[in-house]
Amino acid sequence: MAGASEDASPQTFKQGAARALADAKLQRALLNVKRGFIVKRALARSKLPEFDRLRDEARAIKDHTLQHLDLYLEAYERKVIESGGQVHFAPTAGHARDIVLRLCKGAGAKLVTKGKSMVSEEIGLNAHLEAGGIEVAETDLGEHIIQIRGEAPSHIIAPVIHLNKEEIAEDFARAHGGLPKERPLGSVQDLVAEARAVLREKFIAADVGITGANLLVAETGSSIIVTNEGNGDLTETLPRLHIVIASIEKIVPTLEDACTILRLLARSGTGQEITSYTTFATGPRRRGDPDGPRSYHVVLLDNGRSEMLGGDFQDMLRCIRCGACLNHCPVYGTIGGHAYGSLYPGPMGAVLTPALAGIDHARDLPNASSFCGRCEEVCPMAIPLPSLMRKWRERDFERGDPPLAQRFALKLWAFAAKRPLLYHALGRAVAPLLARLAGAQGRFRSLPFAGAWTGTRDLPAPEGKTFHALYAERRRSRDR
Amino acid sequence: MSAPDQGRAAVLSRVRAALVVSGAEGTRAAAVEDRLRRHPRGTIPARALQSPEACIELLEAMLASQGAKVTRATTPEDAVRAVAWALRAHDLPLCFRMGTDPVLGTLPWDAAPELERRFGAAEAEDRAALSRAVAAAAETGTLFLISGADNPTTLSFLPEAHTILIRSSDIVGCYEEAFDLLRALFGAGTLPRTVNMISGPSRTADIEQTIVRGAHGPKHLHVVIVG
Repeated sequence: MAGASEDASPQTFKQGAARALADAKLQRALLNVKRGFIVKRALARSKLPEFDRLRDEARAIKDHTLQHLDLYLEAYERKVIESGGQVHFAPTAGHARDIVLRLCKGAGAKLVTKGKSMVSEEIGLNAHLEAGGIEVAETDLGEHIIQIRGEAPSHIIAPVIHLNKEEIAEDFARAHGGLPKERPLGSVQDLVAEARAVLREKFIAADVGITGANLLVAETGSSIIVTNEGNGDLTETLPRLHIVIASIEKIVPTLEDACTILRLLARSGTGQEITSYTTFATGPRRRGDPDGPRSYHVVLLDNGRSEMLGGDFQDMLRCIRCGACLNHCPVYGTIGGHAYGSLYPGPMGAVLTPALAGIDHARDLPNASSFCGRCEEVCPMAIPLPSLMRKWRERDFERGDPPLAQRFALKLWAFAAKRPLLYHALGRAVAPLLARLAGAQGRFRSLPFAGAWTGTRDLPAPEGKTFHALYAERRRSRDR
Repeated sequence: MSAPDQGRAAVLSRVRAALVVSGAEGTRAAAVEDRLRRHPRGTIPARALQSPEACIELLEAMLASQGAKVTRATTPEDAVRAVAWALRAHDLPLCFRMGTDPVLGTLPWDAAPELERRFGAAEAEDRAALSRAVAAAAETGTLFLISGADNPTTLSFLPEAHTILIRSSDIVGCYEEAFDLLRALFGAGTLPRTVNMISGPSRTADIEQTIVRGAHGPKHLHVVIVG
């Protein structure tokens, strides 16, 4: 895994979350998640009565593919070669970076344009190419903004959801050289127009275009990208070399299987019926083609996926990166993506990041959940995200790594919970005591050992009786 | 073993180890081969299973809701005039780029003699282009364009205005029918270099979820349905 962004140690996650909560600009920007994605997805889903059936089918497609992944990888590779392209297998991020750099150097590349690719972020591709003396231009609008800010994306499909237009205007004024100082950058339209003009020059001049893939089709050897801006298409079509970088679980068997998943992808992500562009790329320029790349290479990345196969976390390999679980997560909606300290944030990141980077680097992520279950409910691939997060919590606990205080408290609680008489006696003793201490307000502003809770909100006090006592009373009065 | 072969062997052997297979099991190979050969369809949305005329109406409605302008031309002369109108509507010069598509080439261009046609792949300064879609799926208002000299791919992305012509007889209900048409044209298991499914003009909502048209590709998408 690349860079410091993958190191989500407990300290940085908690600090990141605290910073996010105190950041007024971020909180304003995060309102756009609720206003936009959630409403649009609900509408798109309601317009397609077959949605749930398609979800079941999509799940079955991916499960079948993963069960036969070695064979589909071979079938896909055969088809790519047949259409004049080449496939490179990269066991690790380092291998993938080296392969891409070698291909770029082989093409004499000075300038590389890129479509949006989370896998390229995962392997830290830009820094590697730049260190190799190659200029890299991100062309997706959100990724372009992230690049000039020197940040990581905060959302897997909306990289700058954490920003407001005023902040972006400042970035453009600073980073886009050679333009009049007093030019208008007040509206979103102004910003989009400026990015279009600036990036158009890059598209025309680029030697190599690098894209990710939403899906790879074994039947035809095609890579599919799903976009709205058209930047991915200019990236694929104009330069002399097109490099696709995709992880091995992106494979589906047939065009029909791709259709089923495409019906779910945009509706779940942006809430569109379909994006403006869905593009199937199969090999390089053919005889008689007046445009298109002269060569076509695919880099297939493993980087920890094969270790998820056949184990507790295989279900996560169905993920199609639509972002619905982020959009619907109350934790994500409150702190945004950067606080996770992980390239993949939100519920899908909480499951995937420990699998790819190791639980040591992501111990707080599976805990950053209220287990409300909305992520699983909206997942178009029916991934049981809360169960998978729970599995990480269990593993983390079994390893004996959690802080001593936490382990001691849990052991103490377990000791009492396994002895009902003791548990009830303690409850009966403590509940009225807390109720008296809290006074008429019925809540604590601060409490020893509970500073983490009371630092940001009051703790409601018990009303004097335990749940068991109240339950017994109700039953008695009902039986009467 | 060379480095590329080592990478390949490493990934495949890890996958096989995780799945506890050798890769040589006959039943697994047969299951894969069977699926690739039969490519079974999943659920087709009911909205895609309508009469041809209803499909045309659905295509129009979906495209309009996604920001495209749609014109129905009953005669080829009307189609030519619709191409000219699309340029005038945006105060663009009456000049556009197109490929060597025979259906487009044999349109009665005399019906709009003011139009200047240029041929070949798009160039950076081109402001408008015309292409023909080989198929369209009504379910989401999606046009299927294929690469080649007839309709170069760059025409769909470089100019700011793009007009796509589709014959009404090439309009189908669902994506799968469109891919079956491509299979009939190019053979099973083969696609042209690029297949573009286009369902609206270029747009972005990256900044504050505000939708702006013409992010990198065309600001204006006109669709002319002929016949």
